Amino acid sequence: MLHFLPRRLLQLIPTLFLVSVIIFSLQQLLPGDPALVMAGEEKDPEVIAQIREQYHLDKPIPVQYGYWLAGVLQGDLGESMRIKKPVSELVAEKLPVTLQLASMAMLFALLIGIPAGILSAVRKGSGWDIGANVFALWGLSTPNFWLGIMLIFLFSVKLGWLPASGFVSPFEDLRQSLATTVLPAFVLGNAIAAVLMRHMRSAMLQAMSADYVRTARAKGLYERFVVLRHALRNALTPVITLGALEFGTLLSGAVLTEQVFSIPGFGKLIVDAVFNRDYAVVQGVVLVTATVYVLLNLLADVLYVLVNPRLRS
Amino acid sequence: MPLHKTLTHALRGLALAAALGASTGALAQTALRIGLAEDPDVLDPTMARTYVGRIVFASICDKLFDIDEKLNIVGQLALSHQTSADGKTVTIKLRPNVKFHDGEPFNAEAAKFSLERHLTEKGSFRRAEISAIDKVEVVDPLTIRLVLKSPFAPLMAQLTDRAGMMVSPKAARAAGDKFGNAPVCAGPYRFVERVAQDRIVVEKFADYWDKGRVHIDRIVYRPIQDSTVRLANLKSGQLDLLERLLATDVAEVRKDNRLKLATGFELGYQGVTINVGNGEKANTPLGKDARVRRALELSLDREAIDQVVFNGLQSPGNQWVNPQNPYHLAKFPVPKRDVAKARALLKEAGVTGPVAVDFMVPNNPESRAVAEVMQSMAAEAGFELKIRVTEFATSLNEAEKGNFNLYFLAWSGRTDPDGNIYVFASCKGPQNYGRWCDPAADALLDKARTTSALNERKALYEQFAAKWLTEGSVIYLYHRALLFAHSTRLEGYKVMPDGLIRVTDLRLK
Repeated sequence: MLHFLPRRLLQLIPTLFLVSVIIFSLQQLLPGDPALVMAGEEKDPEVIAQIREQYHLDKPIPVQYGYWLAGVLQGDLGESMRIKKPVSELVAEKLPVTLQLASMAMLFALLIGIPAGILSAVRKGSGWDIGANVFALWGLSTPNFWLGIMLIFLFSVKLGWLPASGFVSPFEDLRQSLATTVLPAFVLGNAIAAVLMRHMRSAMLQAMSADYVRTARAKGLYERFVVLRHALRNALTPVITLGALEFGTLLSGAVLTEQVFSIPGFGKLIVDAVFNRDYAVVQGVVLVTATVYVLLNLLADVLYVLVNPRLRS
Repeated sequence: MPLHKTLTHALRGLALAAALGASTGALAQTALRIGLAEDPDVLDPTMARTYVGRIVFASICDKLFDIDEKLNIVGQLALSHQTSADGKTVTIKLRPNVKFHDGEPFNAEAAKFSLERHLTEKGSFRRAEISAIDKVEVVDPLTIRLVLKSPFAPLMAQLTDRAGMMVSPKAARAAGDKFGNAPVCAGPYRFVERVAQDRIVVEKFADYWDKGRVHIDRIVYRPIQDSTVRLANLKSGQLDLLERLLATDVAEVRKDNRLKLATGFELGYQGVTINVGNGEKANTPLGKDARVRRALELSLDREAIDQVVFNGLQSPGNQWVNPQNPYHLAKFPVPKRDVAKARALLKEAGVTGPVAVDFMVPNNPESRAVAEVMQSMAAEAGFELKIRVTEFATSLNEAEKGNFNLYFLAWSGRTDPDGNIYVFASCKGPQNYGRWCDPAADALLDKARTTSALNERKALYEQFAAKWLTEGSVIYLYHRALLFAHSTRLEGYKVMPDGLIRVTDLRLK
């Protein structure tokens, strides 16, 4: 039933190649000379020339791309010009951070968004429905950085319950790790929960008016059974797609939230790299996130098949 | 249990656990947590180039010399120095019984190695700073002699910064170009770990030569870019000290009795560079006529800029060094705003109608605010400043290409006055973006570089300033206040003129 998997995995290669060409070309359009940025305040012309030579910036763009691609094919994503660390090491350092934050945010989003969506569809027009819609509006319209700063002031400065920012690995100290990620994860999850709730609600409303639901009810099934086993299962398909896409976006780094909470994840890494014209880091991170994004889409397709028996044939 | 109560309990539980974890750690060791405004670049004194990097180096890499609070040069790993009568050799006596963090001894061979590494390592940012050194000779195990190509007065000041930092030859040879990932120097703290964009941890070095002055076990440097969040961390007790407090947050720190404010003035300056000879955009009345440039200067009220944007915290200035600097020239006071005179100068220069000026301003809130105040002041005298906010890296490129009439420029400053003027005003200066060039002024700057005596040097700078401040391409505006905030738990902290955080003599209550 998952016969499409090998083909889709093969499609990954041209997709990533295209992504790498696009990101490499776009990067060249950025104004600003990396050697000039890296040369610091002194701007010694000899140092600028050495930087250009060392990072092949004095070569034509296709040649630069060739150097980079040759490295990637050998598993070498290059070196950060700014901190002289291999990009693969930086990625390995940041990926678990982003993964933890994204997973916790997704957990918040699912725990809030899905039940709220179901409830507001099932009790359409009730106080629950209005409440859930108000929540969704709030979640969608509250800027992350503002909410983040407000939560820091409330939970860290005023109440002193949670750390204001930073990150601790769960392998170092699980409790501290949860304490440092709970606020940023909530900020991120809150916005996604609102989107999921809206989609869940409309998908559920559609499903609830379908013939098979009427039939199920006519058979005398319990309402809870009708909602959860019949309507929800069908309504979940678009929500899975959306969830996978949102999760992919989270993995590519939540720039503002990471900035506010000083979480050393992909978002902070890539933004700093863009501002410093640290090309190798930008390319490496984009390549990794693109791979993850494509794989998540694939996962979403696999999940469709699992929740929807009609697609199994 | 109602939902909000459950949540409250859960969050309290988390916080308690976090607090317990933190307090058990605190019993074992004292840790100073410092909030930095940026993540430093590579931690190799030869290859580093950022200001925040220098803050971290202040705890791990001792230098041959240091500065004191009055900007005097004092020995650190060097005990004394003697410059020959012709100014071409400098003999430096080194401190005995100093060890690097890997246990290797610091001696003349190690000092020679470090200086040569700064001079010859590929991509070294220190080469230009000490390029006057022709060779380094070992006189005896604790004495080196620097043989110079020509006398170079700023040399000792360069050795108070990264160019004077000594690294363990054994560790540097072993690590090669990866030395910055785990630097081994001879400072009061040794490098423990770095997680990029998250933290840099250093711990007390047991064999430090001046260990009686080191009272805190560990230091954790945490880059937190957002200044509001940095302050929130200080207020909630997750930081003990932070740098670059916003001027607008000073009042909040002052009214909090758990916090203290520490201030000083930067060695550098903020100002605007005028394009007088860099490409097409130099062909404007502003670029071509010194009277128009002076009219622009006279249209500005530096005191008012300081009051409006910074609540009066900065030091208004019209020179490349701040008024506390021994090289500040009292002969050239800050000109008062004089709109009538500015208009008269424009008239004299034959300028009719508003002078349109493309004003490139790097994108940060304070520069933008200053630019807007300047815009409204200059308009009264007959200038139309068109502000073009530009991302920093892009602005560097634009400045290099000469794509501006006026460019807002910040310079962090150097200990020696030469570092604040030579690269900006000499004909071939790499940061002379306006391309102002005057061979007579160049000769004065060159001579000041080879003259050591303060009064003689100052006299040369006075002659130079007479030209530069009336016809030159930079209008200096103010010297920023170095704003630090710290918890009252921290004792012994003083702001140094270079703004770097010295960690000896600090204590945590």
